[in-house]
Amino acid sequence: MSTVLAALNRGLHAAFEQDQRVYLIGEDLLDPYGGAFKVSQGLSTKYPDRVWTSPVSEAALAGVAAGMALRGLRPVVEIMFGDFSTLIADQLINSIAKFGAMYGGDVAVPLVVRTPMGGRRGYGPTHSQTLEKLYLGVPGLRVLAAHALSDPGELLRRAILEDDGPVFFVENKLLYLRPLAAELQDFEIEQHTPPGAYAATHTLRLKGAPSAALTLTAYGYMAELAREAQLRLAFEHEIFCELVVPGQLAPLLPGGELDGALAASLEKSRRLLAVEEGSYTLGWGAEVLARAAQAFPGGLKAASRLAAPDAPIPASRPLEEAALPGVEHILAAVQKMV
Amino acid sequence: MPPMPDQAGLYRQMYRIRRFEQTVLDAFPKGVFYGTTHTYIGQEANATGVLAHLGADDIVFSNHRCHGHFIAYGGDLRALFAELMGKATGVCGGLGGSQHLHWRNFYSNGVLGSTAPVAVGSALAEKAKDSQALAVIFLGDGALGEGVVYESLNIAALWGAPVLFVVENNHIAQTTPIELALAGDIPARFAAFGIPCSRLDSSDALEIHAAAEAEFAALRATPGPRALVLDTQRFGPHSKGDDTRDEALMARIRQQRDPLRLLAPRLADTQRETIEAEVEAEVAAAFAQAEADPFPEAAA
Ligand SMILES: Cc1ncc(C[n+]2csc(CCOP(=O)(O)OP(=O)(O)O)c2C)c(N)n1
Ligand SMILES: [Mg+2]
Repeated sequence: MSTVLAALNRGLHAAFEQDQRVYLIGEDLLDPYGGAFKVSQGLSTKYPDRVWTSPVSEAALAGVAAGMALRGLRPVVEIMFGDFSTLIADQLINSIAKFGAMYGGDVAVPLVVRTPMGGRRGYGPTHSQTLEKLYLGVPGLRVLAAHALSDPGELLRRAILEDDGPVFFVENKLLYLRPLAAELQDFEIEQHTPPGAYAATHTLRLKGAPSAALTLTAYGYMAELAREAQLRLAFEHEIFCELVVPGQLAPLLPGGELDGALAASLEKSRRLLAVEEGSYTLGWGAEVLARAAQAFPGGLKAASRLAAPDAPIPASRPLEEAALPGVEHILAAVQKMV
Repeated sequence: MPPMPDQAGLYRQMYRIRRFEQTVLDAFPKGVFYGTTHTYIGQEANATGVLAHLGADDIVFSNHRCHGHFIAYGGDLRALFAELMGKATGVCGGLGGSQHLHWRNFYSNGVLGSTAPVAVGSALAEKAKDSQALAVIFLGDGALGEGVVYESLNIAALWGAPVLFVVENNHIAQTTPIELALAGDIPARFAAFGIPCSRLDSSDALEIHAAAEAEFAALRATPGPRALVLDTQRFGPHSKGDDTRDEALMARIRQQRDPLRLLAPRLADTQRETIEAEVEAEVAAAFAQAEADPFPEAAA
């Protein structure tokens, strides 16, 4: 069975094979190591001229990629841990995402920054964070989140080859070893691609279930946990939910409009729970709830969110488990809402 | 022996920059321009002498003090005035303003040091494409305080980026004199990465032209990063009316280090006067056109 990791690796290989302009730069990329999480394995052997293993210089790597993209190449930057994306924040915000618009629109910056995020591995406060919320709402920057429901490698390949703007591509670490699109036989899955996007939003409902009492929304690895919760809620508590999983976190629709798939689900359920692994305050879920509130001026019956507390993520297993939202947290929250 | 540089051409280019910048400073208080500006007065010989050697496909990265670089690159005066006015006809349609210009292979950004890796990446892309194009990046002494510059020097040297780093050391960053901001010396910074560096303390366009000529020749012969440190003087305020330096000292510097004054004796008076009159007319016309140009329309 294929895993998310294998799919991402295939996506990179496909991009390299299909377009000579694709380059990869990052730390510790050379085989046999192939990057700290092995997503880049095999590339340096097959394409030695186009894989540049680099010094530990994240900010410069992002800037170098920006220059390469400005001059017609399609670079991919691997940032070893998403926590270190803070080191490229200036390049991302003030160069990469800006050039397209600030130079009057005649410049393209086709590059992809890929990075693992997330905890549950005991790596401690500086190697476990889910920081993508910092980059949501940066004009000119697309943020995509891999998930296991459809092929994330194909999404990555399209981001590299078909997107003429910059993409911040988030890979939750626990997703890597998840089987791809597995155990979906109980679900009916609808795909909806928001205007201007190419990553589909997936809506999952249990086959034969009565109309949903609540809409769960989550992305990345959290969508896997939400799906498990969705099953248990149905089988153990007879609470039926729909799960809406976006692939694109940013940009959202202009004017504060709610994503169509989410709107369609809420139209029926009128209850919303957004779940994320990032810290609570000003998180992704806050934006989702705000948009839902605007979309339903008459109000929803219930709206809430789960996120990590506004505190550093502890290294200790029991403390980390308690801090990061998991299946049990979702079960408890949903039961309070219906 | 390389051919003698076109002295009249150098003088004309420097005079165009000077008159452009003076026009900006004179007109700013009248509310014609919007936003900020950083003028190049006193440093005209740097951009003019360096960019005279640029090939058609070569790339230039510039900083906040970019008007002189842009004009020496061949940029249009009316489009630059218009950009500073926020007009639709501006270099970037009024979106970038004074510090954010892009035209052909010219790019500037107002975030100090942030252009260093981008310039290196551009040079590496051209090398990967086998295009023979080079990148030139202008940095001030103040930008040498930014860490990303050193990451970029390391990568440029490791990966053999065909890039020329030009440091315009005007001994000041906004209001902070270099003594309060820079430890050690500038060429040693490049030497640490094995990047050949030459240094020139001059405001003479001919000397700078010759030094840059040698750098470009070396860079084209053996691609790999090089550096040229130009010790220079900023005559005007950092931006507008924010000069904190001693006025008597500045008067002496303006007397001794004026690139125009240094080159003028090499031209016949009549030739110089003709150039000056032509440039006055050109700058005035460009300014008038930009003033008459429309503002862009905001999207509904
Ligand atoms: C990252 C960053 N920090 C601070 C500033 C504000 N700032 C603009 S110009 C300047 C001084 C620049 O000095 P230098 O690099 O020597 O260039 P010069 O102005 O002397 O040409 C400063 C601090 C900036 N633009 N970017
Ligand atoms: Mg300076």
